Amino acid sequence: MKTFPIGGVHPPENKLTSGSEIQYLPVPAAVAIPVVQHIGAPAVVVVNKDEKVKTGQVIAQSKGFVSSNIHSSVSGKVTKIDTIIDSTGYKQTAVFITTEGDEWDETIDRSNEIITEIKLSPEEIVKRCLESGIVGLGGATFPSHVKLTVPAGKRCDVLIINGVECEPFLTSDHRLMLERGEEILIGVSILMKALKVNKAMIGIENNKPDAVAHMTNLATAFQGITVHALKVKYPQGAEKQLIKALIKREVPSGKLPLDVNTVVHNVGTAFAVYEAVQKNKPLFERVVTITGKSLSKPGNYFVRTGTPVKELIAAAGGMPEDTGKIVSGGPMMGKSLASTEVPLTKGISGIILFPAADSVRKESMPCIRCSKCIQACPMNLEPYLLMTLSEKGLFERAEKERITDCMECGSCSYTCPANRPLLDYIRMGKATVIKIARERVSKQ
Amino acid sequence: MSLTVPVTIISLSLLALIFAVILYFIAQKFKVFEDPRIDDVQAALPAANCGGCGFAGCRNFAEALVKAENFEGLNCPVGGAAVMGAVAKILGKEAVAVDPLVAVLLCNGSPEVRPHTTKYDGVPDCRMAHSLYLGETDCGYGCLGYGDCVRACNFDAMYMDSKTNLPVIIDDKCVACGACVRACPRHLIELRKKAKKDRKLYVACQNCDKGGPARRACKVACIACSKCFNVCEFGAITIENNLAYIDAYKCTFCRKCVVECPTGSILEFNFPPRKPKTEEKVETKTV
Repeated sequence: MKTFPIGGVHPPENKLTSGSEIQYLPVPAAVAIPVVQHIGAPAVVVVNKDEKVKTGQVIAQSKGFVSSNIHSSVSGKVTKIDTIIDSTGYKQTAVFITTEGDEWDETIDRSNEIITEIKLSPEEIVKRCLESGIVGLGGATFPSHVKLTVPAGKRCDVLIINGVECEPFLTSDHRLMLERGEEILIGVSILMKALKVNKAMIGIENNKPDAVAHMTNLATAFQGITVHALKVKYPQGAEKQLIKALIKREVPSGKLPLDVNTVVHNVGTAFAVYEAVQKNKPLFERVVTITGKSLSKPGNYFVRTGTPVKELIAAAGGMPEDTGKIVSGGPMMGKSLASTEVPLTKGISGIILFPAADSVRKESMPCIRCSKCIQACPMNLEPYLLMTLSEKGLFERAEKERITDCMECGSCSYTCPANRPLLDYIRMGKATVIKIARERVSKQ
Repeated sequence: MSLTVPVTIISLSLLALIFAVILYFIAQKFKVFEDPRIDDVQAALPAANCGGCGFAGCRNFAEALVKAENFEGLNCPVGGAAVMGAVAKILGKEAVAVDPLVAVLLCNGSPEVRPHTTKYDGVPDCRMAHSLYLGETDCGYGCLGYGDCVRACNFDAMYMDSKTNLPVIIDDKCVACGACVRACPRHLIELRKKAKKDRKLYVACQNCDKGGPARRACKVACIACSKCFNVCEFGAITIENNLAYIDAYKCTFCRKCVVECPTGSILEFNFPPRKPKTEEKVETKTV
């Protein structure tokens, strides 16, 4: 069975919610929709205080090429435009809306009918993705229209669809594949049309045999789409690792998948693209897994963006008393939240409530040079060395040791027998090196 | 047998002579002229190698001093006027009078006034915490309290107060080298003009939020109400970015602003007690 060759770890899967059907979370009484829900320039707010908005209406316009539109996820009145602490831990501008009913924009097709025929041209598909605010739903939230625009001189011959979901606990993509498989495949066909490729490969880890079987079965009706089961290993859902596993091409350091003639999109993105292109529904809703060992009713929900995390926790049976940490995203790469008021955004695929006993760090001890982190690193780096270099402030050397190749998967910290905070230091060093490199470029 | 000793002595002496001649010419050829005054100046400097002058070490600074036409912008904060006077004497130039500075912390958010809303479990390092989120309190501008500045100080002039969880600067030991200023990721340490009797008066807050959120996060936050600005007769106070700032060069230490400040974010140190009339109102803090 296929997998990537270098590094990787096997954290316990804990997929508690893989059997729970996706439900619709009731529309919240009020939402706070941040204007930064993507990588790139913040969107510019285009609504005013006290203005009435409909569900699906643009409330913030993208600014520049690498940016994304933000749509209202509810209908109601804009109460204020203020800052809120979002899942990044920092204050961001957000549009606060109080819900009044649920009146959708007239152009959105709300029927359950599946539309197979793709009417739009490739250019129109890219334009629709831009207008609908589609971003990568795997967690990185990179604007999809940018990835669908192949620059001159570059070529794409195969589209890779990421259904790996290698993070423990999360099951949103898994459930989506089981319940909206056909829509995803139409979405993949749309992406193929936009990229002008005739081959697409869907990679799914083998811990989801039902999804592999279901998608393989459905894919027979679609031209050029194949489904591939992959050996379970974290971080297979990372772009470069998935490319290596599926088509055995290696993305060079500092390059993009397009440099090896491929593009990777998530299954969640494919579903969002289907909804945007066939139903004209902008991205204001996504599947979020709410899970945790002590939670009474963990599950998967369709959640409107801007919904406070506390509403989702309430739907899942309320916050357990022993909760020590709430993490947005997966347990490996996710970030703990500062409060339960944090709004859910396009990039959050799961909320995990950890019991206090599981959420404290163990005492860090000196490095014994056992090289386990080197074996675990999927990017072929030396984490123990990068940590020391960042700690001592030797950023030039860290740059030479390719610290910027680190994708922050956390395999090194996970595997370290001395519980050293490897990723913490590497992340800080990486940020500093990127900053120094930018200053150098701007000086020239 | 009897010749061995004299032959050895003569041959070795000859070899030594040849090498000495070669070495002499090589030394002449590759001679690097170095101003002898550099050594003298370096000897006069404090040898702290703290970087406070803006150079990598005392040697670099000595070279710069010898090269410089005048001492404008060149100052050893550790040695102060005495050392700069001595250097000027060696080089036959005139010393430029520079006001001595002292570091002050622009935050007064102890846990009592600035409650903790989250718990940070990561590496106890300010840079790290700052790169992750706002910090354990709701104030995203204030002191994080993990002591990067204390670790940066080479002069034992700082320590962490266990009660307030804020760093304390010992005025007598602080040489204003600026290591702590560079270490603080939140830019909370300012080098201010040293006044007579170590008197200090400044706005101990860097929270740029509007009044409401700033006050909710911290009771002693500057809310930019402009009361101090209005009461100041010397034009020493400016309000910018929702923050008041007192210019140390214009301030006359009249202390009117301290009385006026509704949140108590203006701190005064080393002043004599006030007249009984106003004493009840004002909380005087001393180190």
